[in-house]
Amino acid sequence: MAKTPVRYHVLHETTYDYGSHVSLSQQQLHLSPRILAWQQIEEQRIEIRPTPNWRRDGQDAFGNPVTWIAFHAPHEMLFISSAMTIAVRPHLPDNLEKSVPWDELRDRLAYDATAPAPEDLEATRYLFESAHVRIKHELADYAADCFPPGRPVLLGAQALMTKIFKEFKFDPEATTVSTPVMEVLEKKRGVCQDFAHLMIACMRALGLAARYVSGYLLTHPPVGKPRLIGADASHAWVSVYAPGFADPWVDFDPTNNLLPDTEHITVALGRDFGDISPLRGIILGGGGAEPEVAVTVTPLDEAVAPVALAVAPNDKPAAPAGGPASD
Amino acid sequence: MARTLLAIYPHTARRYDEMLAADGTVRPHWRQFFIHLDSVAPDEMHRRLDFVDRRIQENGVTYNVYADPNGADRPWALDPLPLIISPEEWAEVSAAVAQRATVLNAMLADLYGEQKLLADGLLPPALVYGQHGYLWPCQGIKPAGGTWLHQYAVDLARSPDGKWWVIADRTQAPSGAGYALENRLVVSRVFPEMFRDLHVQHLADFFHDQQDGLAALAPVEGDEQPHIVLLTPGPYNETYFEHAYLARYLGFPLVEGQDLAVRGETVYLKTLRGLKRIHVILRRQDDDYCDPLELRGDSALGIPGLLNVARAGRVVIANALGSGLLSSGALMGFLPAICRKLLGEELAMPSVATWWCGEKPALEYVRENFDDLVIKPAYPTQRMDPVFGHELKGEAREEMLRRIEARPHAYVAQEMVNLSQGPTWSRSHERRLLARPVGLRAYAVATPDGYSVMPGGLARVATGASDRIISMQRGGSSKDTWVLTNGPVSDFSLLKPSLGVRDLVRAGANLTSRVVENLFWLGRYSERFDDSARMLRVALSRVVESAGEKTPALISAMDMALHLRILPTPEEDTKIKEGSEHVLLEAIYDPDQPGSLAGNIRSLLWSATHVRDRLSLDHWHSLNRLQREQQTALKTHPTLPEAIAFLDRVLSVSSSLTGFAMDNMTRDDGWRFLIIGRRLERLSFLAQTVANFLSMSSSRGSGSLEWLLELSDSIITYRSRYSRLPELLPVLDLLVFDNSNPHGVIFQAEVAARYLERMARELGEESGSPLPDVLGRLRTFDLAVLERVRLGQCQPNSPCAELAGLLWELDAAAIQLSDWLGMRYFTHVGDVSRQTMAL
Repeated sequence: MAKTPVRYHVLHETTYDYGSHVSLSQQQLHLSPRILAWQQIEEQRIEIRPTPNWRRDGQDAFGNPVTWIAFHAPHEMLFISSAMTIAVRPHLPDNLEKSVPWDELRDRLAYDATAPAPEDLEATRYLFESAHVRIKHELADYAADCFPPGRPVLLGAQALMTKIFKEFKFDPEATTVSTPVMEVLEKKRGVCQDFAHLMIACMRALGLAARYVSGYLLTHPPVGKPRLIGADASHAWVSVYAPGFADPWVDFDPTNNLLPDTEHITVALGRDFGDISPLRGIILGGGGAEPEVAVTVTPLDEAVAPVALAVAPNDKPAAPAGGPASD
Repeated sequence: MARTLLAIYPHTARRYDEMLAADGTVRPHWRQFFIHLDSVAPDEMHRRLDFVDRRIQENGVTYNVYADPNGADRPWALDPLPLIISPEEWAEVSAAVAQRATVLNAMLADLYGEQKLLADGLLPPALVYGQHGYLWPCQGIKPAGGTWLHQYAVDLARSPDGKWWVIADRTQAPSGAGYALENRLVVSRVFPEMFRDLHVQHLADFFHDQQDGLAALAPVEGDEQPHIVLLTPGPYNETYFEHAYLARYLGFPLVEGQDLAVRGETVYLKTLRGLKRIHVILRRQDDDYCDPLELRGDSALGIPGLLNVARAGRVVIANALGSGLLSSGALMGFLPAICRKLLGEELAMPSVATWWCGEKPALEYVRENFDDLVIKPAYPTQRMDPVFGHELKGEAREEMLRRIEARPHAYVAQEMVNLSQGPTWSRSHERRLLARPVGLRAYAVATPDGYSVMPGGLARVATGASDRIISMQRGGSSKDTWVLTNGPVSDFSLLKPSLGVRDLVRAGANLTSRVVENLFWLGRYSERFDDSARMLRVALSRVVESAGEKTPALISAMDMALHLRILPTPEEDTKIKEGSEHVLLEAIYDPDQPGSLAGNIRSLLWSATHVRDRLSLDHWHSLNRLQREQQTALKTHPTLPEAIAFLDRVLSVSSSLTGFAMDNMTRDDGWRFLIIGRRLERLSFLAQTVANFLSMSSSRGSGSLEWLLELSDSIITYRSRYSRLPELLPVLDLLVFDNSNPHGVIFQAEVAARYLERMARELGEESGSPLPDVLGRLRTFDLAVLERVRLGQCQPNSPCAELAGLLWELDAAAIQLSDWLGMRYFTHVGDVSRQTMAL
């Protein structure tokens, strides 16, 4: 495992071709990556066409950078490109079995009329039901065999991640942005966003804190082939609260059954997708509103430059993107 | 004198009685009122009850009706006897309510700011982070004056020992203050002497405090006047009546989400004269529906971008977005400690004992004492009726306990309260008082000097003597609340405010485009309804006169009704000819038949509902009469004479509606659009009628010209001018060319053109009206060419065909103009924003 950071260039382009005039539009962007202990942003730029009539940059309640823009003049298309150079340091936790037993942690997070540890209080933000993560007892039942009494929380989380990876099939046709977790559990199909929500819901049903991470994943082109521009997609995974570790939040990627390290680039953290959807807007007018999304993640020390795709890569970008890593 | 009312009034030790002391005597502050009540003769009381009912009905005071003018009517239920509260007692209640509002506001400040309450363990995170009512995007927003809670209501109940307890807090957009006001206006007239002699505190000061409190916080710049609007979710809402009522009383424009628009960091009202900045939004819409950009994206009711205006401190939203959180009953148990922490004082009024099941010891208590508890949802966003533990047996009980144990944090258990009882007047007895459980909803508003509490409130009465829940949804009733005072009564009234010269406002400059659109349609529908009623009366009278024969006048009248699409196109011609009567009755009463009178009445009421705050009470009374007429008629199978009598009545309502529009409405842009709508509709109707008449072969039949004059309400004028049987030329002159006949074609066109020009001039625009051109050609039409024309022989290229052609052109111009107005001035209600999402 490399000790030095891995540097990437990421290009995330979204194009709306509305087909007819949109007279008013407002958009909320969660496209700028947040700074983390292991993640440094060297350069970041958002380019918007047409030029918005109004813009405001800020930070949301979860500490993510957020940008709001508004258009008051009629326009037929919207193009937003987010480009960044970013360095990710290796940060895999040493020993999952050293983490606190899950049932002990559950009791510690429960309210007992005393002042909680600040770290625990912060974690309770991610302990309860949220719009995309409804909690049902079936979810606790599903996860029960991964969490026998006294098992360290991170081992339990790892077992749950593996269980989801093995029992669920990656299928972009099976779900949409608004498919409820219970339906995913029943169908045993979905995409990264569904698996992340499912794992979070299971953890919370057990009384544990888990948050939703949006970001990018480095994919590997087949041996001997060049990297294609726009072939990647935004990705989502899970972060589990485990106090006692240097960083009390440890990432799990149930779509790929691995612990994210230097090939996952974090953009934003929230309770679920709803808090940090990359581009959310309200428009007046326009015909079709299906966006085209193209993401390219390029390791900066890679010898071969990426080549452009001949065809738009993403015909149905409204379905949650982010496939399994090809390795 | 009959025996005293007390003789059979039930007295119980299980409940506190508001009127009777424990020893069965009337409490001192009730004595004077009771003596009066005891002395009122039954007949007199009947008259007073009738007054209450009439007033409620005519003012259209309803709880949930406006969603559907055809739907079941649910008038507001009001018992005429007030709930009387002594000055000493009220001083305590009022101070406690103000304190509670203060502590709840401080809680909102903390929870959307530092969150020290969570850090100190004074509040479980589940009751904040675990609530959908906690709006994360609102965290960190600091509203003007540190005020989150501008309007607050609290449900109070009195236990058998006479103490008041808090049952529930309302912090979202509390309803009922307007109903309390309406109750007051009615009840103070039922007992005017008592109201005066008892020194009942007036309510107007409270509403004035609300106006002042909001204006004081308005983020105005320079010499801007604070511009405050009342935001309603619209006529579908169960308390829409109150929104319109309060908007009118407080003098705030009533707006819906689509009337407001955000540009950058400012929110504006879309008016006929452009965008006008809004400083304060008094909202009756739930907070999560207010901004689809950042809150619920599936809502079309909201104002996209509103949160960013609030972030920039450029608008005051009352209550602040996110305040609904504190309506959770689960918070009650934590409030005493929070009050000590935030205000450094003890909570003055206790909450009814409440256990939040999310705490282990509480859950155990609930399990052990299930029979004595009421189970309620912990979060106001959860939909669940209260469940009484002792009512659940066997499997149902186990199921409930399982549900609680699966999600303990989502439930609270409350001690059952034996509500106090108060006297109500029995509707089913000659002269009798009933004892019914009562509760009181009290109100507070934020002012620069702290919270001001309404001296009174909405008293609510349960339906049955032993009921434990009072709910207007479940058919409960309400009362006025009389808070007595030892000092002088303030005689301030918002109904006659004292304004200076510089406050004077002429003609509403802030009409929203939506209101204008609805007024335009109100004008069109009221005329359309009038026209179709007239046409149907003409045809129906001919059926009656002909006594089963197919007279020429009947045939031509039926022809006309067909051409005007008031009757449906028959599948076979014979059907109409054979059953005129049946077809006509359906065209009157069947609301689902296109073009029917009932359908037109429905459209008229619909558009009136949308501008109800702009109509005078009398105007509204007439509309309600119309609706009642129609609903009554729907339930019966009317005969021909009954149908004609019905048409007579609705036409008399119609003329009173016209009268109100002409006499009672301010001549502002809205009124002008109403009149233009009316004139364009009538123009179109008359032009079509005369053009059809000229072309129909049946119109040569005898008696046809008579009904044509009747249809256009011009028969009196004709007779006074000609005193002979109608002939074509003078009839055409009167109906088309005479510009002094208010039922004539040219008259309509000229009036409409005049108003349009004036409006275009005031708005600084070109009038795009196609009317003047056609009008000019019609004016120069030479009537002499019609001297030899015989009816029913309108050949192509003949002078009468030429006239018919001009009339059709005029009709087309009216329709074109209507569309153009829509394009230019209206909001296009159909254009709804939608959400987009990209990954």
